[in-house]
Amino acid sequence: MLERVQSERTQSDRTMIEIRDITRSYGSFKALDNASLAIREGEFFSLLGPSGCGKTTLLRMIAGFDTPTSGSIAVDGQPMDGIPANRRPTNMVFQSYAIFPHLNVEQNVAYGLKRLKLDAGEEKRRAEEALAQVSLTGLGKRRATELSGGQRQRVALARALVMRPKVLLLDEPLSALDKKLREQMQVELRRLQQAVGITFVLVTHDQYEALAMSDRIAVMFGGRIAQVASPKEIYQRPVNRQVADFLGGMNFVKAEIVEENGASLVLDTLGFGRVRTDKPKAFVRNGGAATLGIRPERLRVLWDNATAKFEVAGKVVERHYFGEITHLIVEIPGLEKPLSVTETNDFGADDIPVGAPIRLGYDPEALVAMAD
Amino acid sequence: MTVAAEGSPPLRMAGLRRSPLLQSEAVQGFALISPTFVYALILLVLPILVVIAHSFWTQNYLTIDHTFTLENYRIALTEPIYRDLLWRSLYISLTVSLLTVALAYPIAYFISFHGGRHKSLWLFLITIPFWTSYLLRVMSWKVILGYNGVLNSGLMGLGIIDEPSTALLYNSSAVIITLTHAWATFAILPIFVSLEKVDRTLVEAATDLGDGPLRSFLRVTLPLSAPGVISAALIVMIPTVGDYVTPKLVGGKDGVMIANAIQAQFGKASNWPLGAALSVTTMIIVSLIAGATVLVIRALQRLAR
Repeated sequence: MLERVQSERTQSDRTMIEIRDITRSYGSFKALDNASLAIREGEFFSLLGPSGCGKTTLLRMIAGFDTPTSGSIAVDGQPMDGIPANRRPTNMVFQSYAIFPHLNVEQNVAYGLKRLKLDAGEEKRRAEEALAQVSLTGLGKRRATELSGGQRQRVALARALVMRPKVLLLDEPLSALDKKLREQMQVELRRLQQAVGITFVLVTHDQYEALAMSDRIAVMFGGRIAQVASPKEIYQRPVNRQVADFLGGMNFVKAEIVEENGASLVLDTLGFGRVRTDKPKAFVRNGGAATLGIRPERLRVLWDNATAKFEVAGKVVERHYFGEITHLIVEIPGLEKPLSVTETNDFGADDIPVGAPIRLGYDPEALVAMAD
Repeated sequence: MTVAAEGSPPLRMAGLRRSPLLQSEAVQGFALISPTFVYALILLVLPILVVIAHSFWTQNYLTIDHTFTLENYRIALTEPIYRDLLWRSLYISLTVSLLTVALAYPIAYFISFHGGRHKSLWLFLITIPFWTSYLLRVMSWKVILGYNGVLNSGLMGLGIIDEPSTALLYNSSAVIITLTHAWATFAILPIFVSLEKVDRTLVEAATDLGDGPLRSFLRVTLPLSAPGVISAALIVMIPTVGDYVTPKLVGGKDGVMIANAIQAQFGKASNWPLGAALSVTTMIIVSLIAGATVLVIRALQRLAR
């Protein structure tokens, strides 16, 4: 019997990074607008958002490369105001990796140790240990210019980890790698974080990367933090259309609020009829209208005489083949926009003819209510 | 299909026979550089060969004795006057290149790291002195350093000295000051270019790993800008060894350099073979020193790690 486990490693509830009411203005433009956040010790935390949402600015502020216009940051209980980047208990993996081209791998990794004035044996031991952590043992004498992209990334990681920081900051570390290597590194990064137990803060615009690696994610838009939650909750219970849309596809259906109470909502929709859903924690009613969302993969094709307790009927208008899955666009009478449906190809979804009538089943649990 | 295939090989052969030579990249490259190459050959290599040939001959009053001899080199290397002049020239040029690089580096650093949007304006301002002739610039130093010059009157006005100093002009320091100023731009530009190429994230990475501003400069910025420093030093050193106008104008008796002696041999003294031997000797020594400079800077760069 499989057991469902929420998180592989128990994290402490101690706050490692406390970000309070941070604002960063450039003239009239606000890169960060009153953002607050608490990141726990030993957590793999991701800042996710489109480019220009302020996630990199926030990361650079934690590192000390940028100063907030107002607000404060504390790391491990220590306020960071006025503390320069070189005296902070944080280390960073840069997007471009920033490997020193005039030094070899070993010298790169030992760069920060030089200042600590360790004896030569200890310095060498720590550098080798860090290289082993990122599976680069034996490449110490390689010149930085002779490394592949993936290797450079590992050197950058080792160079930061060797400092044993309280927080490791990663600025889009995987964006320069090709897809296959990127997926492999996602697994490795997660494994490494679990092994060393250091708090990781990752900046990314790739939702799958954030979902795959993080304990918790903060989704950011326009300098504001829209939602902070576990990957599963972010994906299944997005607080608004923007978050839902940014994390994969979502069908949006116009709805009208019929009844609202403490824990649930009753909505009237065209197409899906009257539905009762959980009320999201952050739900703030905005007039009588709301939006109902359902992920494309939560709609299943009902074959032949199969029935479901909840179903909608329509007509296939487009079909797109993606190898292991097929993407169907289904027109439902009464809905102004057709529904997107993704179905695995095990049962022949790739053979459904365009124009064919179709019935779709769904679980009411999969319906998400969002404020308009 | 078959017919065409059978018919084509001889045709293709004919095409092949002609094309590789014309299409080879090396040949195209040589064709492109040939005008410059021929020009350099005639105006640079041939005169040098003539000079080298002369250095092995002897001046016989009005004619030249073409028998091979090393006598000119013996004079050039052992006569105290030439040895002193050569030493002085090397001393002046090394001092000038050291001073110029040391003074140019902060300027180049400022423009590159703190020039902001006005980088090109700063570079433009630096070239302004070059709008006037080199001679005028040297003459203006005469005005500054002279007996009744700006510096003397200034110092007297401040009461630091009672009577004008004669120590300012007509000596090797005057040559050094003038040359350092004249070559500043030639040192600023290559250093600026190599500083521009230093990835700013590398400096951030050094800071992130615990280095303060001075340490990150010494461990990252300076070593990475070494190519610019090397070329600046060479660009200044090589031509200043053979400079002839500056010592003539501001050097006086104590500032005479080897080029003035060479000029005298080709002119008044009318001893071309000796002048040629002095030129060749200087050329060889300068090449050796240029090579040594590169090696020394590379070694320093390694030490900085």
